[in-house]
Amino acid sequence: MSTTTTRGVAQPAPAKASPARPRRGLRGNPTFNFWLFTGPFLIGLAIFVFVPIVWSIWLSFFDARYTVTPSHFIGFDNYKQILTNSGFSDSLVTFTVFAAFIVPTTWALSLGLALLVHRLRFMRAFFRSVFFLPTAVSYVAAALVWKMSIFTGVRFGLANTVLGWFGVDTVAYLSNPSPPWYWLVIVTLRLWIQAGFYMILFLAALQNIPAELYEAAAIDGAKPGWQTFRHITLPQLRATSTAVILLLLIAAYQAFDEFFNLIGQKATWAQTPLMELYKAALGTNQDYGAGSAGAVILSLLICLVTLLQGKFMGFGRGDESK
Amino acid sequence: MTTTAPQVDKKRGKRGGVLGNTGLYLAAGVAAFLFLIPFYLIVRNSLSTDAEITGQNWKLLPSFQWGNISELFNDPTVEFGKSLWNSTVIAVLSTVGTLLFCSMAGYGLARIPYKHANKVFYVVLATLMVPTAVTFVPSFVLVSSLGWVDTYRGMIVPGLFSGFTCFLFRQYFLGFPKELEEAARVDGLGYWGAYWRIVVPNSLNFFAAMATITFISGWNAFLWPLVIGQDPGSWTVQVALSSFMTNQTVNFHLIFMATAISILPLVFVFLFLQRWLVQGIAQTGIKG
Repeated sequence: MSTTTTRGVAQPAPAKASPARPRRGLRGNPTFNFWLFTGPFLIGLAIFVFVPIVWSIWLSFFDARYTVTPSHFIGFDNYKQILTNSGFSDSLVTFTVFAAFIVPTTWALSLGLALLVHRLRFMRAFFRSVFFLPTAVSYVAAALVWKMSIFTGVRFGLANTVLGWFGVDTVAYLSNPSPPWYWLVIVTLRLWIQAGFYMILFLAALQNIPAELYEAAAIDGAKPGWQTFRHITLPQLRATSTAVILLLLIAAYQAFDEFFNLIGQKATWAQTPLMELYKAALGTNQDYGAGSAGAVILSLLICLVTLLQGKFMGFGRGDESK
Repeated sequence: MTTTAPQVDKKRGKRGGVLGNTGLYLAAGVAAFLFLIPFYLIVRNSLSTDAEITGQNWKLLPSFQWGNISELFNDPTVEFGKSLWNSTVIAVLSTVGTLLFCSMAGYGLARIPYKHANKVFYVVLATLMVPTAVTFVPSFVLVSSLGWVDTYRGMIVPGLFSGFTCFLFRQYFLGFPKELEEAARVDGLGYWGAYWRIVVPNSLNFFAAMATITFISGWNAFLWPLVIGQDPGSWTVQVALSSFMTNQTVNFHLIFMATAISILPLVFVFLFLQRWLVQGIAQTGIKG
């Protein structure tokens, strides 16, 4: 029976006992089926997403050291505590500097790679694969290579070996906050992992630009290269650019893996907001109240950034028309 | 000639000319070289001795110490085999579960005419605003109060209900040809039957793309497994790798061999399933 119906895509299945019409009763009832399909997901969503969020907001108003069922209400003290704790507010600054570096550089590099690959005639798939391949590598594995092979602070590291050829002294990249060489390590790592992914988004968008636009521009006398790029390619990529920038911002806010593995928790520099939350909630203090307050603050900040970006750059406009 | 010129130009690359192409390939070649360096280092170091890795003189090729593989798996202090197994179980079950729950919900939201469907959709959309990484503190609180710390359940279940994946499935199903389902309904199938016998089998490309993406993020996840996996026996590959870095005794060759093995499955996935993957990423509606 199942064979006849699966083949039934192309050829009508032989008439069965049932009438050839959507049935009455539960099988054809949209309301029942809607809940049948969405119910399991919604129950999970309620338990594992909404309950933790609400619980967290509740915890953030209580003295919740070492306990998740506190009884001592302390109002906004956790918020005051985590905001005056210099680690957390410093980490917000760290994030802002990091985002200010990584968002434009990744945007430019991934767009550059996409334009490059798009224009290649031979071996396009090869180059696309090479640039895309780092997306497969975890931040932990990449941090390991960066820390233990490329940017080791000692002689045998790749970067120091290359510098040595030019007679430059060994640089301690990660163990010293000034000068902040660790930024070079962190930014190159993230560029390497991220760029290929966003390149794919740009490539897809480039392929969707109608060729007639370029033909029309050529007839109007636009020179290929910068002029065409500025007046046709870039405006046509606007929706993708907006989405890419938003995704990059959110990803920068959530930076944890490579900072944790490159810099570590013991250092006092380059701690991201998530690392501070990790320390507050799961470190020696186990202060779930302060950790929750920090999570609430960070979530509100991300929402704010998303909404602001949406207001200025019109995120989602493209989606509405779909 | 004037009318056909742009066509020809497009086919030959916009600059045409040998010179322009050489420049393009030079740029692509240099970029590709830089992008491949870390892969080269992983392979070279994983097959070297510690002395070769830390030596003063840079050797281009390793001495191919294949014994490093068995040394890694026989090292009683690292439980690397166990962590590989943990990662495999977690990534596979997460993928299966996420696809099941999110695809069904996405279909329900996209295609079943229920008058409050939009309201339910907004509830799902709202969860996209709260980034998953930020919710690790509250999620940890919940999971630990359920007693799920150090368990597969604790690693897998909370991640199955991804608002984002559900959203992507909904977008995909909105574009699924209605005629196929209508034919199935006329043949007497209910929504459930039509979904499993018609919709899913005709959407395997999209399912494969989403499976690949989910598997990759499951395999590469670090923060959540770090938080939940407190006992070394429950560590995933990523947590194990991270612990190597902070260990006092540093065995470079073992660390790099572990890294190489940890990225091997995904490099395979990337090289062989690339078409689906790229298509899937390009299709997922992020392109706006």
